[in-house]
Amino acid sequence: MAKEMRQPIESGCPDGFQYMHPAMVKNFGQWQWHDHPRPGVLRHVAKSGDAVWTVKAGTQRILDVFTLRKLCDIGDQFADGYVRFTIRSNIEYMVTDEAKVEPLIAALEGEGFVVGGTANSVAMISHTQGWLHCDIPGTDASGVVKAMMDELIDEFRNCNMPNRVHITTSCCQINCGGQGDIAINVQHTKPPKINHDLVANVCERPSVVARCPVAAIRPAQVNGKPTLEVDEKKCICCGACYPPCPPMQINDPENTKLAIWVGGNHSNARSKPSFQKLVASGVPNNPPRWPEATAIVKRILQAYKDDARDWERINDWIDRIGWPRFFEATGLPFTKFHIDNWRGARKSLNASTHIRF
Amino acid sequence: MTEKNRHDTPMLDELENGPWPSFISGIKRLRDEHPTERINGVANDLLGQLEHSYETRKGYWKGGTVSVYGYGGGIIPRFSEVGQQFPESKEFHTLRVQPPAGNHYSTDILRQLADSWEKWGSGLVTFHGQTGNIMFIGASTENTQHFFDEINDYGFDLGGAGPCVRTAMSCVGGARCEQSCANEHKIHRTLVNNFTDDVHRPALPYKFKFKVSGCPNDCMNSIERADMAVIGTWRDDMKVDQDAWKAYVAEKGRQHTIDNIITRCPTRCMSLKDDDSLEVDNRNCVRCMHCLNVVPKALSPGDDKGVSILMGGKRTLKIGDLMGTVIVPFMKLDSEEDYERITEIAESTIDFWAENGLEHERCGEMIERIGIVNFLEGIGIDVDPHMIADPRQSSYVRMDGWDDEAVKWFERQAENRSAAG
Repeated sequence: MAKEMRQPIESGCPDGFQYMHPAMVKNFGQWQWHDHPRPGVLRHVAKSGDAVWTVKAGTQRILDVFTLRKLCDIGDQFADGYVRFTIRSNIEYMVTDEAKVEPLIAALEGEGFVVGGTANSVAMISHTQGWLHCDIPGTDASGVVKAMMDELIDEFRNCNMPNRVHITTSCCQINCGGQGDIAINVQHTKPPKINHDLVANVCERPSVVARCPVAAIRPAQVNGKPTLEVDEKKCICCGACYPPCPPMQINDPENTKLAIWVGGNHSNARSKPSFQKLVASGVPNNPPRWPEATAIVKRILQAYKDDARDWERINDWIDRIGWPRFFEATGLPFTKFHIDNWRGARKSLNASTHIRF
Repeated sequence: MTEKNRHDTPMLDELENGPWPSFISGIKRLRDEHPTERINGVANDLLGQLEHSYETRKGYWKGGTVSVYGYGGGIIPRFSEVGQQFPESKEFHTLRVQPPAGNHYSTDILRQLADSWEKWGSGLVTFHGQTGNIMFIGASTENTQHFFDEINDYGFDLGGAGPCVRTAMSCVGGARCEQSCANEHKIHRTLVNNFTDDVHRPALPYKFKFKVSGCPNDCMNSIERADMAVIGTWRDDMKVDQDAWKAYVAEKGRQHTIDNIITRCPTRCMSLKDDDSLEVDNRNCVRCMHCLNVVPKALSPGDDKGVSILMGGKRTLKIGDLMGTVIVPFMKLDSEEDYERITEIAESTIDFWAENGLEHERCGEMIERIGIVNFLEGIGIDVDPHMIADPRQSSYVRMDGWDDEAVKWFERQAENRSAAG
């Protein structure tokens, strides 16, 4: 007999305190300072005198239950059975006994996890779902990230950067990956290819028309069937029509490219938060390891590492040296596409004689 | 699973090379080592479809309508477009589950979630997706309900998907950070749990996100990613432990101190005195956090703590990226009345936006369209110079109500003075 359906319990967001390490519960809101004994480890000291060492480790993010249980085993063995996850999907273990720090690190590294990601390191790349699960992806975020972290692993494990570097990826131009010091995002270069036989049945046409940022979509009749057409001269190839109307296929094995953006910074530290700016495009979407994208990211990181001052994030660094020097230092071409033409674009022009020679 | 039934995955195999942990190896473990045959089959066909994506450079999932009994959202439905070739993963829905505030877990609860998930799902899970949900990736339509029922019994609930209030996020905050200026966990739960109906039954113009950061470092990226960003701050003087400060200067040197701290202050409000003590012009401190980040042993937030609220942040679609802007420069969050007030602000915002937002229009886009003054009037908040970077530049505006508006300003100033005693 079928089980009787019950109404859901609308409990919402669970109380975190029930799963919190006891030293954190005890000292909640009473922390005094922290330091950074070594890459991957933070020490926080409370007003009570209690100290907590946090060991941070990177994982594959898409966890299978075996890996999740392995992470739990390590938590049981060294960290009193408590963990937490960071916004960039790293796992953190808290210990109150300094003597447990090194064995905990050894256990994590012994199982293939990567200890690091603190302070002025290259943090774990935050990413989206990609071909593994998304309905509109132009690429596979998990694969790009795995291939890239293989090459940046020493920068995750060490703190050799002027300040922290947050890298993000996004598999379409909606940019769920968000803003980053460096962002690797899908960039479509051709208008959608429309299957006119399907549009009328699959798409709510007025809402697709409304979704276009540049009003390039209009109702049409093709072969006697109601459908939609795109003014290809107006189309900016953003792909916004594709999610509400899958017959307007935007993804293309050749013409879906990657673009690289820099200088996104969420923090209010020093300068106000900033959005990322385009620096490179036309990068091949080249599975399984996307070597061209990684090469550009490494080039940008090297220029930043060589030239930026301590505590400068990438946006702070470029603010100081100016964009011409950025393109010179990275060897990336500057093109007409770098000059913005979206709303408010005039604010991005240089209305002064402030010019570096 | 016999070897001959396994899909060849030459491209994915390349992602098992290199030192970073491989998600492909993890999916293969589910295919080859998991005792449940269903999971072996799902993992195998998932790998097969993913390899097909790598070869053809295209995605093959389409959306649909799947939810659990009593809710309208919370599930990301995925049906395969190539399900005939990969039948065992042809239904591969994600359940978005709200994490505990601050993302704290005991290993016991993680194991319990893992047990439930391998009973009903693929065995693949992410902590956490970009909105902040635990992403249980890969359940059939039928098992979606079973898995939800099971975890719902022990305290977990679905997050948002679709045009609704989404799962919220908060930083580690007071649990482990000396910069915390607010009870992030309480703000997070007070706000999002006031809107459970709007989380579970999508009926808003588009998504609405709350994010809570305990200080202006904004580790939750709330200004750039949340419709309503709540950020801890303080309004009295920052604290300077002059002995710890001098010890820092002695250790690192004056040049380091000047180059890395004094001259990096965005409002130039710091001065290194001849005796190596620190002088701060607190009236001009904008709480940027830089000096506190560099010398946490000597410099700390003040005692008169509260929050700033910014609204309207969002990603690219449709009019371009927007940052949140200041709506409430400062409010205390100590008493229950304070929490009622912040909840009211959230309610009036969502109500006004639900009434006035266009379909698929984020709150920030609505503000951009109607102007922030109309928005502020709609939610009953007075204009304040902290809300702007600069006043108006253009004279092309009708201002015949000027005198009345000026009177309002002086009246509010007088009220604030008398309230302050």
